[in-house]
Amino acid sequence: MTIKSMRDALNEALHHEFARDPRVFLIGEDVGGFEKDGQPVEIGGVFGVSKGLYRSYGRKRVIDSPISEAAIIGAASGAALCGLRPIAEIMFADLTAVCFDQIVNQIAKFRYMFGGQCACPVVIRMTTGGGRNAGAQHSQTFYPIFTSFPGLKVVVPSNAYDAKGLLITAIRDQDPVLFFEPKVLYTEKCEVPDEAYSIPFGEAAMPREGEDVTIVAFGQAVNWSIQAADELRQAHGIRCDVIDPRTPSPLDEETILESVAATGRLVVVDESPPRCGLTADIAALVADKAFRYLKAPIKAVTAPHTPVPQARELERAYLPNPRRIIAAVEEVLR
Amino acid sequence: MTRDQLLCAYRRLRLLREFEERTRIEFQTGQIAGFTHLYAGMEAIAVGVCEHLTDEDKIISTHRGHGHCLAKGCDPVAMMKELWGSSEGLCGGKGGTMHIADFSRGMLGANAVVGAGAPIAVGAALAASITGASWVAVSFVGDGGTNIGSVYEAMNMAVVLRLPKIFVIEDNGWGEMTPIGNAAGNRDLAARAAAMGMPAVSVDGTDFFAVHTAAGVAISRARRGEGPSTIVASAPRFYGHHEGDPQLYRSREEVAELRRKDDCLPRFIERVTATGDVTMEDLGIIDADIARLMDSAVEQSKAAPRPTADDVLQHVYIRYR
Ligand SMILES: Cc1ncc(C[n+]2csc(CCOP(=O)(O)OP(=O)(O)O)c2C)c(N)n1
Repeated sequence: MTIKSMRDALNEALHHEFARDPRVFLIGEDVGGFEKDGQPVEIGGVFGVSKGLYRSYGRKRVIDSPISEAAIIGAASGAALCGLRPIAEIMFADLTAVCFDQIVNQIAKFRYMFGGQCACPVVIRMTTGGGRNAGAQHSQTFYPIFTSFPGLKVVVPSNAYDAKGLLITAIRDQDPVLFFEPKVLYTEKCEVPDEAYSIPFGEAAMPREGEDVTIVAFGQAVNWSIQAADELRQAHGIRCDVIDPRTPSPLDEETILESVAATGRLVVVDESPPRCGLTADIAALVADKAFRYLKAPIKAVTAPHTPVPQARELERAYLPNPRRIIAAVEEVLR
Repeated sequence: MTRDQLLCAYRRLRLLREFEERTRIEFQTGQIAGFTHLYAGMEAIAVGVCEHLTDEDKIISTHRGHGHCLAKGCDPVAMMKELWGSSEGLCGGKGGTMHIADFSRGMLGANAVVGAGAPIAVGAALAASITGASWVAVSFVGDGGTNIGSVYEAMNMAVVLRLPKIFVIEDNGWGEMTPIGNAAGNRDLAARAAAMGMPAVSVDGTDFFAVHTAAGVAISRARRGEGPSTIVASAPRFYGHHEGDPQLYRSREEVAELRRKDDCLPRFIERVTATGDVTMEDLGIIDADIARLMDSAVEQSKAAPRPTADDVLQHVYIRYR
């Protein structure tokens, strides 16, 4: 067991699965490398997640694609229909807009529309979220949109340990999985086992436990929620369950509902805008199935209904933070 | 070209270069946030094309957009303020390095989604064709961007509708870290555009005069209502894909060599001073001017007001309810 960054944890997961299953391959922009004067030049992904794969497996299995997102996803899904285990990388989640049809009308529908004849076990990896001043077209989360599509599974890890186990599960899964990597978390570290392990989908993690308030958060918002919970406990003796569903689809409803049944108070947190998002989804779930346990109205902490602004101050004001989560917890306790 | 035109072109080339050199320094000292893509090395393309354009004409740029903005007449100080994220920046700090726009100058935005500008510029050309306006529309797309399908949809539509549209393909040989030779099935990018049914030429993008001549032909043709053209201009990218790119995929010597052999500025200087119309003194005066302008842009950016949390909520809609 050693301390590893999320980048390295994801990289290990890829190496484990490449070694384990010869059907696995990776396709995306700058994911591999090229030959120059007979020597391999490795790129390994613009965020370094696929380092070493090109050197070990060559360009048959580590495919540097042209900048052609629709063709990347189409090629991955066609290969999956023919028995392979493609991992497609889209550099930024925002850019799935360029291949939206291939994901939501094609991959998500194949099995159902063709009466269960086929499987389409594609993993689409992409960076997600704000925090790097990348502006309106490179900072969006997009995982709420995909969560709304039946036929897709959606994963958003919040730490290196989960990232590795969830990516391994995603690659071994029989269904299409959209795997969102919060780009600000690539350098965040925690203990990660060296060997391969998998974390089942649909099982939430509970990084903090407490009886006063339930906080449900996704992606980097989990870390803000943990900070908020720790501060509330130290400063005010307020104890929170912090629930990280890890996979918005399938969603671990049970853990959320059980927690709310015990605390009677819910704060939902995500960095996406508020409408039709995961916070609204969780709030609706609890209003529908656990209303009688609620002792206070549900509070949501989200970004505003605006695109992601670029300047430092603006993005800071846009994104949720521990302070806003603490204020929401205090409000549901009032 | 007249002496005045030559001096004007030089001023722009120098401005584009110094803006990027200065941006690089300020980025390294932590003043500028975001994925910053420098245009240094490619200046003759933007300037060669935009010297033909007026404020009425429209352009759409890429993630590597500083050069196109400056060539189209955007205010360098307001641009520098935008890089700084100031509320006095051209987009009030909302856009940043990859999204500079100035609609009053016909600069319809730098666009960070590769290839996206081509179809939008088709719309700008369509607007001219529908209303009878006299402007032309130019999209800049990188070599890597020519692998986006919608670029060809845009080309085909522009041909079918005979639109006043110029597709400028900027071939710096790289798409991020991948050589274009590994990404384009047909390395002859002009042939790919020609296959859509329009004139397409390849020019040396480090030769201002070659770009300027080709752009003149394409733009006149568009203004005469004869439809779109494509210009593929090749020029090196002196710095990494973005600032902070360690460039492990190419050697220092290779980059130094590009600077030595393929720099559009010395080439321009050599050519214009050879005839005696323009002297080194003339150019020196411009250099000093630009240096002062850059110092002033940075000073003003440092002192410029910062946006506030309330600004986040502005400009989502004109009117929502
Ligand atoms: C649709 C899309 N795919 C991928 C990216 C990520 N990306 C940003 S710039 C770039 C390379 C673009 O290469 P090229 O078009 O040749 O322009 P250059 O950077 O060389 O100027 C990539 C892949 C993006 N912004 N948009």
